[in-house]
Amino acid sequence: MSPTAPLGALGRAVLAVLALFGRVTLFAVDAIGHIFRPPFYPREFGLALLNVGWLSLPVVGLTAIFTGGALALQIYSGGARFNAEAVVPQIVAIGMVRELGPVLVGLMIAARVTSSIAAEIATMKVTEQIDALVTLSTHPMKYLVAPRVLAALLTVPALVAVGDVIGIAGGYVVAVERLGFNPATYLKNTVDFLEMRDIVSSLVKGAAFGTIAAVMGCYFGMQSGRGAQGVGRATKGSVEAAAVLILAANFLLTGLFFSL
Amino acid sequence: MITLENVNKSFSDNAVLRGVSLYVPKGSSMVIIGGSGTGKSVALKCILGLVTPDSGRILVDGRDATQGDRDAFLARFGMLFQGGALFDSLPVWQNVAFRLLRGALARPRGEAREIAIEKLRRVGLTPDVADRFPAELSGGMQKRVGLARAIAAEPEIIFFDEPTTGLDPIMAGVINDLIREIVTEMGATAVTITHDMSSVRAIADTVAMLHGGKIRWTGPVSQLDTSGDPYVEQFVHGRAEGPIEAVR
Ligand SMILES: Nc1ncnc2c1ncn2[C@@H]1O[C@H](COP(=O)(O)OP(=O)(O)OP(=O)(O)O)[C@@H](O)[C@H]1O
Ligand SMILES: [Mg+2]
Repeated sequence: MSPTAPLGALGRAVLAVLALFGRVTLFAVDAIGHIFRPPFYPREFGLALLNVGWLSLPVVGLTAIFTGGALALQIYSGGARFNAEAVVPQIVAIGMVRELGPVLVGLMIAARVTSSIAAEIATMKVTEQIDALVTLSTHPMKYLVAPRVLAALLTVPALVAVGDVIGIAGGYVVAVERLGFNPATYLKNTVDFLEMRDIVSSLVKGAAFGTIAAVMGCYFGMQSGRGAQGVGRATKGSVEAAAVLILAANFLLTGLFFSL
Repeated sequence: MITLENVNKSFSDNAVLRGVSLYVPKGSSMVIIGGSGTGKSVALKCILGLVTPDSGRILVDGRDATQGDRDAFLARFGMLFQGGALFDSLPVWQNVAFRLLRGALARPRGEAREIAIEKLRRVGLTPDVADRFPAELSGGMQKRVGLARAIAAEPEIIFFDEPTTGLDPIMAGVINDLIREIVTEMGATAVTITHDMSSVRAIADTVAMLHGGKIRWTGPVSQLDTSGDPYVEQFVHGRAEGPIEAVR
């Protein structure tokens, strides 16, 4: 093996990642273009709304309430080290709304929605259902991809909002019941402290993460290889890619909103 | 009506089609026979544009199949996939009426459902399967639903990939008659892939045999037994000994 071999391998890996990124970007642009051009499939869109939005509520609610509760406990015990216990409501609110709400909802959506979209579309690919769609003059990008991406783009911000509220409520319950905070003061501190910018950033992150989650599911599903193994690989790849991209996008968006 | 000129297709190092040339006249029924894995399904998918040939030309009505409006092109075709390819998220009747429920050929829902039930009857299925899901049907029933879907919008050109595999002999007879009827009564052009020699004789006007990536023999069905081609003879009589190797 020549001494430059590892370098070559590294270069190839970087190129492969860049190429994948390029293909995914083209796919995303194409998918979003199809959202605006007829024909539209309202039934598919309705089902996607139900799946992505409504049926994700339980998992989003549970994730948020436990996180909000744990956050309150941590901030209280951490704050106690320099006599800053009173800051619990403000930090819970900021932590949930700016970071944990969108990120955790995004990751739960990646786990729940991205995987199911990828597995469903990959199975359709493997069993020739996508070919059948095409021969029935139905564009898979319009019939399968566009409704799911649009549904995620619209509902994930709403889920994030719900997650933010439930997370803050979780913190409130722990703070009032266990840590002896005054309920009225806690609420007042939360509401007074949050700025419009915090809330907008939360919703924008939700929209971005929802889009990433749906696009990854669709992309990996459509690219699936043959057989059960192909479906498995597509599903795994989609969740990995969605989770990593959501975290990366979170970093970028946080920078955009709060470092200027 | 359909012309293939020197079509080639490889999957990585597996050269499947190596210069296929074929002509299917309008209003006729062509049957393609050939060993398993010789590329019959791939050839049909090339015509529909589901698989892109590496080289060669495919003409439909003298016009290049890859040019022009895809939707208008595909609206002329119906296809029964070898594996059925039913949409498992939709009930049977919505599978059959898929084309009639959306797009250019859309009709009112009630009417589409009636047409679906009528087509199901033609493939020997009772109306009560209409509201079931594909996963609840037997393999042969799924195949027949796929067939009903292929003919539902009364396309001009219909491809049947192994329409009778998995059916009992009586049902196979019903399907053979149906395909024949569609060609003679509706004037459709049909291309059928089958391994079932009784089906070949019942359906075909002309027969083409695909072997080694090329059309080995083509001729009217009446000459199938007197082709003089050792490959065709071995295939027609199902002999293990002959020029076609049993292990491929
Ligand atoms: N999408 C694909 N990717 C890779 N190889 C493929 C693909 N589709 C078909 N092949 C290969 O092409 C060859 C021909 O396949 P095809 O399905 O056309 O066979 P067939 O003649 O229809 O056989 P059968 O009678 O068993 O259905 C096979 O070797 C198959 O492995
Ligand atoms: Mg086949």
